[in-house]
Amino acid sequence: MSVSTVATWVVVIGGLLLLCKPVGIYLYRVFTFQPTLLDRPMKPLENVIFRVLHVTRESNMSAVEYGVAFVLTNMVWGIMAYTLLRIQGILPFNPEHFGNLNARLSFNTAASFVTNTNWQAYSGENTMSYFSQFAVLQFLQFVTPASGAAAGLAFVRGLSGRKLGNFFVDLTLVLTRVLLPLAVIFGLGFVALGVPDTLAPYLHVHTLAGQTQVVPRGPIAGWEAIEHLGQNGGGFTNANSANPLENPSALTNILQSIAMGLVPVAFFYMFGLFTGKKRLAWTLIAVAGTLFFVMLAMIYFPEAAGNPIINALGLSGHANMVGKEVRFGMGGTSIFETSTMAFTTGSVASAHDSFLPIPSMAFFLGMFLNMVFGGKGVGLLNMLMFVILTIFLMGLMVGRTPEFLGKKIEAKEVSLTAVAFLLHPLLILVGSALAVATPAGIAGVFNPGPHGLSEILYGFTSAAANNGSAMAGLGASLPFYEIALGIVVILGRYASIMAMLLVGESLLRKKAVPQTSGTMRTDTPLFWGILLGSIVILNALTFFPIMALGPLAEHYLLMAHHLFT
Amino acid sequence: MLLILKRAVIVTALLWIILALGFTFVMVGLGQLFFPYQANGSVVTLHGRPIAARHVGQYFGHSLRYFWGRPSDTVSVSTGKPEPYNAFSSAPSNYGPTNAILLKDIQRRIALYLHTTPRLTVGQIPISLVESSGSGLDPDITVQSALIQVPRVAKYTGLSPARLRQLVLSQVQPPDLGLFGPPRINVVLLNVALYHVLHPHA
Repeated sequence: MSVSTVATWVVVIGGLLLLCKPVGIYLYRVFTFQPTLLDRPMKPLENVIFRVLHVTRESNMSAVEYGVAFVLTNMVWGIMAYTLLRIQGILPFNPEHFGNLNARLSFNTAASFVTNTNWQAYSGENTMSYFSQFAVLQFLQFVTPASGAAAGLAFVRGLSGRKLGNFFVDLTLVLTRVLLPLAVIFGLGFVALGVPDTLAPYLHVHTLAGQTQVVPRGPIAGWEAIEHLGQNGGGFTNANSANPLENPSALTNILQSIAMGLVPVAFFYMFGLFTGKKRLAWTLIAVAGTLFFVMLAMIYFPEAAGNPIINALGLSGHANMVGKEVRFGMGGTSIFETSTMAFTTGSVASAHDSFLPIPSMAFFLGMFLNMVFGGKGVGLLNMLMFVILTIFLMGLMVGRTPEFLGKKIEAKEVSLTAVAFLLHPLLILVGSALAVATPAGIAGVFNPGPHGLSEILYGFTSAAANNGSAMAGLGASLPFYEIALGIVVILGRYASIMAMLLVGESLLRKKAVPQTSGTMRTDTPLFWGILLGSIVILNALTFFPIMALGPLAEHYLLMAHHLFT
Repeated sequence: MLLILKRAVIVTALLWIILALGFTFVMVGLGQLFFPYQANGSVVTLHGRPIAARHVGQYFGHSLRYFWGRPSDTVSVSTGKPEPYNAFSSAPSNYGPTNAILLKDIQRRIALYLHTTPRLTVGQIPISLVESSGSGLDPDITVQSALIQVPRVAKYTGLSPARLRQLVLSQVQPPDLGLFGPPRINVVLLNVALYHVLHPHA
């Protein structure tokens, strides 16, 4: 392991650990309406918004109202995005004169960006006008993670025995106090480090070799900032953060990795402040952190060791550089890919289709679990879902009604949690099965052998997990995938959030029971082990068979130097 | 329900003004004001003409006189045919590790280097020089990747290998802040430097 790799990891992981407490405290103060640094510049703006909406910071909603506001607002964004993409050709800021998008691609793109997935069945640099990029897609990259964070906030409030709050207030504050200020800071950093930010048309250069090269430009730096801060992951261009226009150096790569994790990790700490259980928050951070390290190791070591078939050729060096960029180094590439899969961002700094099978399994792990910190708010929801399931399982073992944060976990909560948990594998496995069983689905496969199955599975997993990255060989622009994945992203997003909001409210209504010596402690190393164990077992039971047919089969064939044509 | 819908529409309109228009224009403005070179794409010029964007790689493979970058699997948007370093359609090859085409492509590229470069052995060729990049636009190669091309470039330009080695080493970019990422060489800038050596009075 080189000095550069160690330094890169220390900066990213150390940075996230150091920042999680101060950012968590800041988030807690903002969402309990205490004074913070940004009151002076932001309060007047927020007051205008609240006055027009006829809401106040003290307004509250029921879980159903909150959920309805969340879904309806998302729907408005979806309709708006769909419409604007359909008429892109007549809108301004279109220096390259790109035409309207067709109905299927507009639906797929709108669904994917509204759900914070950012699956892309198009290449940005030769499809989207500047207007579509910044006024449609980048707008959604701001507001959709903010709405997810709001849902997470409501749940946390419910758990901590407070009223759920008002969706519109939370949405606005996530934007004005968190995402917008951070996006300005990171965006300026990216421009300084070489990411273009302009409304001027594409650059036509006449190369030394006597050719003409068209170099896309655009308002890219601001896009990169919110793409990563919001765990969105949709690239300005097709190659996403592998493209030197989006991610020109090892430093921008580090900044993007940090931007992805900054708020999700702090959200965990904020949860500790809300519930008054900081040790519980650290336990949950330790669980997610452990899984993060497992993923990092699963990605780095096989890739650094390389592809045995290629290494047999006797070239100098052995790392797998297919689909990777030189400037990041293997350390930078692996921390970026770990972050993007852990925080469910879905941007890529290298081609996921060309990774070896064991690293692919790490990608799948991140998306199956969806709570290795996860997207802000939503990742915490998923983590607490596993906490409730684990407490329930433990309760069954000792024959005692389980409790969490002083509330009894009973049939209603467990049923709703089970629905939220089971929905994810249902969408992934049924979707993939459908694709494998139909000619329309098989037609999208790019690579032969078990890798082809992984491509299909990756597509549906990415959609259900609202991740948005792809094994990009898959023919995502085929009608089958545009429609099927468009539906999966919507179900994957709203159904589980809605179920968890109802759990939150149900717990809020319950009377608190005093903690006794029989209460299972959730803030100990023992619970860290139990929670980690149940997460691994529950998911292994669900997904091991399909892993055996895809990446595991490919791994053993690769070790045997087996090629597919 | 209707009230919530009304609020949803209003909040969307207000946020759109702030985030879609406000944020974008402020960022473009600040970028143009403080970092105009980077914000406009880090343009490299020769005799006043734009010849490259500093961070975007270019294809030199059809000339034996220039240093070559990493393989690029980008294609033309209109024809779908290979068009290396097509920045208008960035893309990787997407070949999986057990795909026979991946191996065949790599063997073909190795053969090309062995064929064009005097006294080169397989063991000297860095793996990254024959495996295609993630964007198809990787501007960089490793230092060794440039050095093994020196005999070929010397043969076809008439420059001495010693002069070319010196030129290559003068173009080495250290890791960012001396710490992050590998030392590397920007192929476009290296070839611009080579151009200046070949055309001292131009």
